[in-house]
Amino acid sequence: MSGPSDHPEPPAASGSDGPSGPDGPDSDVIISSRARIARNLDGIPFVNRANEEQCEYVTRTARHLLLHVPLEERMIWVDLEQSSSHERQLLVERHIISRHHADSKLRRGVAVGESELASVMVNEEDHIRIQVLRPGLQLSDACQACRNIDETIGSHVDYAFRERWGYLSACPTNVGTGIRLSVMLHLPALRLTNDIGRVRQAAKDLHLAVRGYFGEGSDSTGNYYQVSNQITLGRSEEEILDEFQETIIPGLVQYERAAREVLVDKHRRELEDRVFRALGTLGTARILKLDEAMKLLSRLRLGVCLDMLKEAADSVTLETIRTLMLLIQPGHLRQHIGSSISPEEARGVRADIVREILIGE
Amino acid sequence: MKCDKCDKPAVVHEVTISNGQKKEIHLCLDHAREAGVSMPGQQPINKLLSKFSSSGKPAVMAPRCPECGTSFAQIRQNSLIGCAACYDTFDEPLGRFIERAQAGATHHVGRGVDQESSKSSRRREERQLMRALENALNREQYEKAAEIRDRINQLSAELEPRPEEAHDGSEGSDQ
Repeated sequence: MSGPSDHPEPPAASGSDGPSGPDGPDSDVIISSRARIARNLDGIPFVNRANEEQCEYVTRTARHLLLHVPLEERMIWVDLEQSSSHERQLLVERHIISRHHADSKLRRGVAVGESELASVMVNEEDHIRIQVLRPGLQLSDACQACRNIDETIGSHVDYAFRERWGYLSACPTNVGTGIRLSVMLHLPALRLTNDIGRVRQAAKDLHLAVRGYFGEGSDSTGNYYQVSNQITLGRSEEEILDEFQETIIPGLVQYERAAREVLVDKHRRELEDRVFRALGTLGTARILKLDEAMKLLSRLRLGVCLDMLKEAADSVTLETIRTLMLLIQPGHLRQHIGSSISPEEARGVRADIVREILIGE
Repeated sequence: MKCDKCDKPAVVHEVTISNGQKKEIHLCLDHAREAGVSMPGQQPINKLLSKFSSSGKPAVMAPRCPECGTSFAQIRQNSLIGCAACYDTFDEPLGRFIERAQAGATHHVGRGVDQESSKSSRRREERQLMRALENALNREQYEKAAEIRDRINQLSAELEPRPEEAHDGSEGSDQ
């Protein structure tokens, strides 16, 4: 089978060449950009009201389409009902499916592009959820790729649509365009200068949602913040995209960069101390909890962006950190070992993997 | 949603209709008890309804979506709409609910209006005609059934143009 277990290597995002290299534009602050479109098939109750037969019909129809219609890249289908909880965990860690989709008991599946940058969740909260990821700030590209998949699917099925409401969704927060744009930001300096509260307030005023590394319900361990639009009605995709890409996100990026400059200017030694202690701990620890590792990698990432590690550890790049952030997740540790491990064993294996990749030990 | 009598969250919601007037009741646990609503294992809920219904007549069940059976109270409670027909059934209260979720927006702007609405209204017409066809056949009204069948065939052709029509432009198409 072509399940997720056949793809143990990190997402191709880390190896694909975007316009500014593998990390994408503005990668000092922006980890990735994502566009997601929610759609439902006309004439079939939404997932929360659909019976088994209807869920099966949606899954079968979507699977057939996604495997056979010409898309920008070939899709692999993963039947989530048949897959193990371990395989589903890997998909969550790779941001291919949501935790909700992984844990659901319904007939459902996901189509994943070979590069793992595009995926279509079937029978998550809506019948169809298309998402496209890109490294760095590449929202319009992600948006266009998402739209292409949407239009291809839409030319073969009828979407639930009303003139007044636009594309109908199960949750009132997605109706209209059904599009949600999000950017994963790394904001360690704003956290250090205690300005993150202002970011949250500004986001709230602008009707933006701020979430953690794994989206809804996750915390901001490692100073990763996923910022997304909450309004999908009354504004066109172009307007939403334009405001997000041209105003909101550049504003946040500038705010974080300014905070970094202040820190370097006024607290260089303290900042270097944090970065080098992180490098020291990661390079020598024998036991690492996930939270601790994420926090330390966040400090290391800041060090790489500020060119602090050039002499001490020039092999450490943003790509190294991205790879580590994935490999230290519980599902990927288990994948590395090849069998189930206890949480205590996982902490040991996590520390071993980090040392091996960071300092070649 | 807050209780009608205080600021606590409402846990009992009921819609009653008497003499053509709709009345919505939302109460917190304390006020529900005060009004005589029993919690599980105690008094039945209809005692509450008779207290609130001005005419004293039994209350009418809250309306449900004819397609999927979802009530508006369920939509509000779970923040999940049951199907496309819910949008038509609960047009007004759902509109207000969506407006609150969407910072006051009331109408879609952007893609889809032309292609989707004409496509889906024709699909809806097709489904209505299918039902009418079944009725006509059941009543042995064969002449009427034939007329309906012709209209369905015409609609199907409009919705799914033959490949040559799709390629050679507008000629030969009704659109």
